[in-house]
Amino acid sequence: MSGLTQYRLANTLLRASRTTSPSVSYRLFHSSSSHNAAENPPPAEGFLAGLAESKFMKRTSDEVFKNPELESVSGGETKKMNLCQAVNDAMSIALATNEKAAVFGEDVAFGGVFRCTLGLAEKFGRDRVFNTPLTEQGIAGFAIGMASMGHSPIAEIQFADYIFPAFDQLVNEAAKYRYRSGGIFDVGGLTIRSPCSAVGHGGHYHSQSVESYFAHCPGLKVVIPRSPIQAKGLLLASIRDKNPTIFLEPKILYRSAVEQVPVDDYELPLGKAEVLKPGKDVTVVGWGSQIYTLENAIHMAEQQVPGLSCELIDLRSILPWDVDTVVESVNKTGRLVVAHEAPKTAGFAAEISSTVLERCFLRLESPIQRVCGWDTPFPLAFEKFYLPDRVRCFDAIKKAVEY
Amino acid sequence: MDLILYEAQRQGRISFYMTSYGEEAYIGSAAGLVNEDVVFGQYRESGVLLYRGFTLDEFMNQCYSNELDYGKGRQMPIHYGSTKHNFHTISSPLATQIPHAAGAAYALKMEGKKNCVMCYFGDGAASEGDFHAALNMAATMHCPVIFFCRNNGFAISTPTSEQYQGDGIASRGIGYGIDTIRVDGNDVWAVYNATKEARRIAVEENRPVLIEAMTYRIGHHSTSDDSSAYRSKKEVEDWERLDSPLTRIRKYLERKGWWSDEEEKAYRKETRTKILKSFSAAEKYKKPAIKELFEDVYDKMTPNLVEQKAELDELLKKYPQYYPSVQEHAQN
Repeated sequence: MSGLTQYRLANTLLRASRTTSPSVSYRLFHSSSSHNAAENPPPAEGFLAGLAESKFMKRTSDEVFKNPELESVSGGETKKMNLCQAVNDAMSIALATNEKAAVFGEDVAFGGVFRCTLGLAEKFGRDRVFNTPLTEQGIAGFAIGMASMGHSPIAEIQFADYIFPAFDQLVNEAAKYRYRSGGIFDVGGLTIRSPCSAVGHGGHYHSQSVESYFAHCPGLKVVIPRSPIQAKGLLLASIRDKNPTIFLEPKILYRSAVEQVPVDDYELPLGKAEVLKPGKDVTVVGWGSQIYTLENAIHMAEQQVPGLSCELIDLRSILPWDVDTVVESVNKTGRLVVAHEAPKTAGFAAEISSTVLERCFLRLESPIQRVCGWDTPFPLAFEKFYLPDRVRCFDAIKKAVEY
Repeated sequence: MDLILYEAQRQGRISFYMTSYGEEAYIGSAAGLVNEDVVFGQYRESGVLLYRGFTLDEFMNQCYSNELDYGKGRQMPIHYGSTKHNFHTISSPLATQIPHAAGAAYALKMEGKKNCVMCYFGDGAASEGDFHAALNMAATMHCPVIFFCRNNGFAISTPTSEQYQGDGIASRGIGYGIDTIRVDGNDVWAVYNATKEARRIAVEENRPVLIEAMTYRIGHHSTSDDSSAYRSKKEVEDWERLDSPLTRIRKYLERKGWWSDEEEKAYRKETRTKILKSFSAAEKYKKPAIKELFEDVYDKMTPNLVEQKAELDELLKKYPQYYPSVQEHAQN
C-alpha cells in the first residue's frame, strides 16, 4: 500500500470513527487528504460513547496536578492536547533531550499517517526523523542495531496489525539481546510505537490488539496509554527505560481524547497500574480505550444496582504488569472483571485471571469474568457485536456481584 | 582449535560445535578492518575474533559455558561476543544480524565516527527476508556497512542450486544500488583487498558494499550433521587437497622465504599445547551461578522474576537429591 493511500485510509478511519453515518464505506474511498484536522483538532465526539464526558479526562490544570504522579511538574503550564499531539510532544522532548534519539518508520517524515510525527523532521532534521523503506522487519532490525550501539531509536510500525513481520526481530532479538550476551550488549534504548485496537471500521488489519503476543516474551516491556497525559508520560518513560519497549497507542483516541497536558518533561512509571476509581464490591481491570467502555459500564451498573461500588484499574503496563495493585484490590472486593478488545483465548485477561486465582483464592466470592473480543478475526460489518462493549461489560459486572 | 573442540564435542565434553574448515581465508577480511569497526557475524566467523585477539581461553570459556563465559553460559557453544573486540554476540536466528548491522552503521554515522560495520552471513541466510530488508535499508539510508557473504555452496544439506537461481548473491547487490564484488574466498589476499577498498567506500562515502566470497564448506555443517548423507567424500577431499586457503597461503609464505617446514612443525606443536592448556583450564571452572538464570532478562529483575528465583531456591533446598548438578555451579 502506498504511503499516500495508507495516509488517506488512516485519516479516513479517524474521520469516520467520529460518526455513525452509514456513509462510512463511501468515505473510505472518497476522502480528501486534508491535513487541517491535526492543527485544528475536531471536538471529541468519537464513537467511543462517553469519552467526551469521561471523568478521567483532565480539563483544568488544577485537576491535572492533583495527580501525585505529576508532582515533578506540578505548578507548571498545561496545554490542551489530543493523544496524537501528546505523543508528538513526548517525541519532541525525547529528541531535544537526547542527541542519540531518532524517529523513523514508514511515512513519518511528512508527519505520519496519523500526524503523530508532525513537524519533527523540520525541527530536528531529516537525519534524525526519517522515512524507511516499507519493511517492518527491516525497521525493527535497524532499530535494534542502533540501540545496540547505545542509541535511542523510536521506531514506528504504521499499524499494530503489521507488527508481525517484525515478530522475529522483536521476540528473538530485541527481547534476548541483553540476556544472551550476558549483559555485555543490550538494546535498552529501543522503543517501538504502533497504533492499535478498534477504530470503528478498521476490519481485520486496522483494528487488532496485539499485546498478549508480546506479553509471552520475557525481555520486552509492553505499555498502553489511555489518555494524552498518560501517553506523554508513559512514552517518555518507555523511550528512556533501559529495556526494549513496545508502546501501543489506541488510535481511536488519537483525536477524540483531549485533555490538559503538562508542557514540561515528565515520566509516568512503567509496570505500575493506576486505580482510577476506588470501590469496594468489584474490581474492574482494563487498559487503553477499553477504560472508557468500562467507565460507562460501571456507571450503568452503579445506577441499576443500588449501593454497588466498583473499583476501576487501568493496568497501563501489560509487561511487566502490576500484580500487587490488582491483587490488593481483589483481596478487598472479592470479585474481578477483566475486559479487553483482543480475542478471549490466551488473551492477557487469562494471565490476570489465573494469577488472581492463585493469590486471592480464599477471598474470591464469584468466578472471575473475562469480557473480551470473540475468538474470531476482527470483523468489519460486525464490529459492534464483536467488541466487549458497555453492555457486555455491564452484564459481566452484574454476574460477578449477583453470583 | 576447531579440531580439538570438534573432538571434544564427539567425546561429549561440550554440547555442540561448528568448525570453519575451508573458510579460513576470511581472516583476510578481519585484516582489512580496524579494531573500532563493529562486527556482526552469523556463527562461522571465529577467525575474525581470533584475528582481533580474542584469546583461546575466551573461546573455550564460551564453549564450556563456564563461569568466565561473558555470556554467562546462557547460549550454545560458538555464540561468541565481546565488547572489547567490537564483536556483537552471535545469535542462532539466521540473517537477523543483517538489518542490525545497517542500524549500527547508521548510529556510527550519526556519531560522526570514521568507522564502519562489517556483517557476515552465509549464502543460505541471504534467502531470508532480513537480507532483503537490510540491504535495501542500508542503501536508502546511506549506511557505512560492508555485507560479507560467505558462499560456501551449502546451507546444511541444501546446495546453492536449491537456494537461488540467479547469479549468486553478488548479482542482487546491484539491484539494491549497492557496490558489489565477488572474490575468491580461498584467497586471503583477494579477501583482504576487497575488504580494504569496501571499507574505504563505506567510511569515506557512507555507502554500503556487498562482498560475495566464493568458497567451499569442507567440514560438516555442525557436530549435529553428517554431510556424507548429501555430498560425496571425494568432492570434499578434492576441495581440501586442491584448493585449501591454508595450503595456498602457506605456499605463498614459503615462496617468499617467510615460512619453513621447521617453523610449521614448531608452530603446530606450540599452538596445540596452548589450545590444550586453555581447554583443560576451561573444563575445570564451575558453571555460572544459578542466579544468572534470572539476571539480565531486564536491566533489573522484575517482581515476578524475583519471586520465581525465590521459588527455584526453595525447590533446590527441598529436593537437593534431585539436583546434584547444583554443585557444578559457582555459588551466588
